Amino acid sequence: MIEQLLTDVVRERQMSQTIERQAAAADALDRVIETRGLNVWYGDFQALRDINLGVAARRISAIIGPSGCGKSTLIRCLNRMNDLIPSFRAEGEVLFEEQNIYERGIDPVEVRRRIGMVFQKPNPFPKSIYENVAFGARVNGYVGRLNEIVERALRQAALWDEVKDKLHKNALTLSGGQQQRLCIARALAIEPEVILMDEPCSALDPVATLKIEDLMRELTERYAIVIVTHNMQQAARVADFSAVMMMAEDRAGEMIEYGPTREVFTNPKEKRTEDYITGRFG
Amino acid sequence: MSIAEASFGKRLRARKATAAGFVVLCLLATAFAVAALAVLLVDVTREGISRVGLDFINSFPSRNPENAGIKAALYGTIWMMAFTAAFAIPIGVGAAIYLEEYAPRNWLTRIIQTNIANLAGVPSIIYGILGLALFVRAVDLGRSVIAGSLTMALLILPMVIIAGQEALRAVPTSIREAAYAVGASRWQVVSRQVLPVALPGVLTGIILALSRAIGESAPLIVMGALLYVPFTPDSPFDRFTVLPIQIFNWASRPQAGFHENAAAGIIVLLAVLLSMNAIAIILRNYFQARTRGR
Repeated sequence: MIEQLLTDVVRERQMSQTIERQAAAADALDRVIETRGLNVWYGDFQALRDINLGVAARRISAIIGPSGCGKSTLIRCLNRMNDLIPSFRAEGEVLFEEQNIYERGIDPVEVRRRIGMVFQKPNPFPKSIYENVAFGARVNGYVGRLNEIVERALRQAALWDEVKDKLHKNALTLSGGQQQRLCIARALAIEPEVILMDEPCSALDPVATLKIEDLMRELTERYAIVIVTHNMQQAARVADFSAVMMMAEDRAGEMIEYGPTREVFTNPKEKRTEDYITGRFG
Repeated sequence: MSIAEASFGKRLRARKATAAGFVVLCLLATAFAVAALAVLLVDVTREGISRVGLDFINSFPSRNPENAGIKAALYGTIWMMAFTAAFAIPIGVGAAIYLEEYAPRNWLTRIIQTNIANLAGVPSIIYGILGLALFVRAVDLGRSVIAGSLTMALLILPMVIIAGQEALRAVPTSIREAAYAVGASRWQVVSRQVLPVALPGVLTGIILALSRAIGESAPLIVMGALLYVPFTPDSPFDRFTVLPIQIFNWASRPQAGFHENAAAGIIVLLAVLLSMNAIAIILRNYFQARTRGR
């Protein structure tokens, strides 16, 4: 009885600490994206439960957790990529600059223009390097010098020097790491405000991975970045904030921990986080 | 040698023998198919090649086998194929794009899908009866090129649609996602990224369908395409005949001279078919090279 009470008190305290910590983190920085009570279903299956995540401006936020815990589902909710799945249904709010992007009348095309995305496997269009970067600008009807847009995006993605002499070669002739940086350049070319990265390095070798991580750090000068990864070392290396997700009994994904990366890794509030981080499962 | 090793060695020999046996079977099947085709071709060529020439292509049919030619049927085939393609390609590709990229996945689209697959298996003579009732009689187009083309277009539509859908489905989702992620609208995704990648496959489907149409005679016979046509069509509303019907006509005559003509007609039909296929292959390679960057 007393034991029960004690654990409750401890739990209570942990919860409030977590919330305080989150609040402190958020106060210090602008939140670009914020989810409030986000629930997601695929048909009858609940994939996410009550997700409250804040994405700080000009910082890297990592979402970590074991396979199947809903990391990708969550990140795809942030730019409405999940709309492409017919059985998808979301409740709750995803605020982007204080506007709920799931509200009626919000055009997902406009959302995706402002929140760019990089995918797990490099997926350049089977066209020239130039056309890959220019595509976003073309479809969005940018006015201005296309050549300059392409060059700027490629420079930002640290790819310009490697490809400047072969801009009109097919993108599929590049190496995997170069292709992924090309995909980042493609996302940058439409001048988004946030960049979502869904396990951007999982198909790359360590050298290419490091290049992308360096690039991410550089990009925080201008952009907020959300990265999904199941590589905890990567989260520890690059992320300012980390969210840990776990699967509940009914296989719905829940966020069990969220805060500055250092604290999440050195002083986790949840036993499950500690177990996961120390490699006891996952 | 342990027992496990001994049985492994035995199993391995058996496995290799099975593999070798299968290779032999496959070789035999291929050889049989190629041989049958070769015999047919050699036979037709031997019988008909002496008749093929400019005179044969430039003459109308005649009672006299030496003077008879294939001009009317050749023109009729070209007219009919042109209109068939003009009807079937836009409608078929459009339907494929709609079903694959736009239509919701529900019971209605499932029914449509099943029926398209079933229609691809309906005997061509049924399409002939439909064409006769609908285009020749109800729409009152008569036994014209246009009525024949519309019937042929109906006949090959399911093939065009199914091949088109398969080509679109084979385009990786990752390409669609990449295009959506930079803020492309659905039409921009489909027209600028998905279709160009699917184009070689779509083209292959179209050419296979057209190759089927060019060799069909049953639906046109039912519709009343003429057996004896001493003129070429001047407009899509003229009466006509096509190569397979002309060949059928000659082959059913008792005189040996007409049998030679039938063989020569087959050679002309094959030549038209092969050049159509060649054009399609050239186009396909061109588009493939463009997307693969060679």
